Amino acid sequence: MTLKTATRADLESVPGTESQAQRRKPKRRRSVQVQDTPVDRIFMVGVYILLSTFLLIVLVPLINIVASSFSSPAAVSGGQVFLWPVDFTLIGYEAVLGNEAIVTGFANSLFYALVGTLVSVTLTVMIAYPLSRSELVGRKVLIGGVLFTMLFSGGLIPTYMVVRALGLLDTRWAMIIPAAIGAWQVLIAMTFFRSSIPGELYEAAQLDGASDLRFLWSVVLPLSKPLLAVIALMYGIGQWNSYFSALIYLRSEELYPLQLVLRNILVLNNNSGGTNLADQMQAKQVADLMKFSLIVVSTVPVLLVYPFVARHFTKGVMLGSVKG
Amino acid sequence: MRRHWQLYLLLVLPVAYFVVFQYIPMANNVIAFKDYNVVDGIWGSPWAGFKHFERFFANPVALDLIRNTLMLSLYGFLAGFPIPIILALALNEVRARFFKRTVQMVTYAPHFISTVIVVSMLILIFSPRIGFMADVLGFFGMSENLLADPDAFRSVYVWSDIWQTAGYSAIIYMAALAGIDPSLYEAARLDGASRLRKIWHVDLPGIAPTVVVVMVLSVGSVMAIGFEKAFLLQNPLNLSTSEIIATYTYKMGLLNADFSLATAVGLFNSVINLILLLLVNTVSKRVTGNGLW
Repeated sequence: MTLKTATRADLESVPGTESQAQRRKPKRRRSVQVQDTPVDRIFMVGVYILLSTFLLIVLVPLINIVASSFSSPAAVSGGQVFLWPVDFTLIGYEAVLGNEAIVTGFANSLFYALVGTLVSVTLTVMIAYPLSRSELVGRKVLIGGVLFTMLFSGGLIPTYMVVRALGLLDTRWAMIIPAAIGAWQVLIAMTFFRSSIPGELYEAAQLDGASDLRFLWSVVLPLSKPLLAVIALMYGIGQWNSYFSALIYLRSEELYPLQLVLRNILVLNNNSGGTNLADQMQAKQVADLMKFSLIVVSTVPVLLVYPFVARHFTKGVMLGSVKG
Repeated sequence: MRRHWQLYLLLVLPVAYFVVFQYIPMANNVIAFKDYNVVDGIWGSPWAGFKHFERFFANPVALDLIRNTLMLSLYGFLAGFPIPIILALALNEVRARFFKRTVQMVTYAPHFISTVIVVSMLILIFSPRIGFMADVLGFFGMSENLLADPDAFRSVYVWSDIWQTAGYSAIIYMAALAGIDPSLYEAARLDGASRLRKIWHVDLPGIAPTVVVVMVLSVGSVMAIGFEKAFLLQNPLNLSTSEIIATYTYKMGLLNADFSLATAVGLFNSVINLILLLLVNTVSKRVTGNGLW
């Protein structure tokens, strides 16, 4: 597999990128406004109905969860909430904050997401930048080696054995190191460096006597902020949302990330800590309500970065693909 | 080489990562052909030939697992592949910017929600006691406890996936549509083409290369269906359809500590997957001239 074609094709399947032939055309707002015939008008009504239906299908469950999270325990347990809170309370959120496992999990996840992203982005730049330089001897072999891991992977048990042999089991590092670099992100970064850093800049820096590291640090990285933002968000959200590494590598509950705590409470229905209410019936109702509030609380960090993501994800990845 | 020693220095750590966490695990697959025990280690354990593969296929569970894996991903492909395309084509027709933006912002959002949360939402929303969907299902005379029903597992899995990813998957087609040469639309207008004919003769041919690449990728990964969601959606009642190769490997390997068997099953899965990908890519290059490489 040669680099050029593989990169092009792989990037084509990245959201927000276009194929080469299409890329050459400068993008313009479509100047033609098609004159609608009666048939077209009926067609457009169909289009709006289709899209509105889809919008509602996505939106209704989300609104239901948020509305339920602000309702009273009895209303939630009785299945009375649809799209608006019934008997508005904050009891669900108080229960979430009072649960030690959740608070610990939240802090752990923040740690894994921040440190993991830092490690991942650093390592990705460290491999993608040299691989973007054509002077590098053995470049094609190394790129082939990275791309091959997208087609074939060692598998669950063989990887587990490596992690165990290195003594990483049940440590915080098990959450960060085994999945530190994504081949996909290397590909995006490499393409970005190749296409967006003009060769003249490098020549000028060389005349000034700058070393490769100096050039990377002072010229390339400041010019690559959109790229760094995109891959940092990819790694960060991936780390925040994953539970698989924790499930197989961690045993101690005090190391659990939020997603694994969520699985225990929401999916397995094991809610050990938390409410001290004597009344059994009321405790069960609060436990039901707390699940809704928990979903909202654990999704908020992702939704906070989401508007930023939505803007940069497509734009940044597209930057990476220009003249792939 | 000497002049650029700093570039090689940068490579040391990442290359070590790829060797240790990607290539050594590939080599560790050798235990699929051995009777692995902890004392002798990976290379010291005695050879066993194809014993573990035979053990797997001799078990009647094997066929169920393969069938469940294939059915789940083929259903997912057939239902999930066309929807983002339709969505992108429909969005592309809309001129009202506010409406277009709203649909896009809202439908992308679920992509960023974690699998654990999506499964939890399913469990709550379909809960016969508290969920609003249970009432809807009851109204249509369907089984009220959908998540415990083995016949419903695949539909729950596939349609919740579509709920989560269709909007985001449409982005790539939107980008392809934005790149279509405007003069083609002008020509279509001069010929008096209706919107539907314009979609058929301009939009669809314009996004065809993208469609092919996405198709190759998805067909090539039919056996690579993820562990995370199937594992979370599993319960003792729906196991007859929800147990797939990935979840079985986890249970055999990490819960039963049968490393060699689990590795053999995993290796079988990865190899089939690689062959499928190569096959689909070759066919697609022959037929359409487009492929991954």
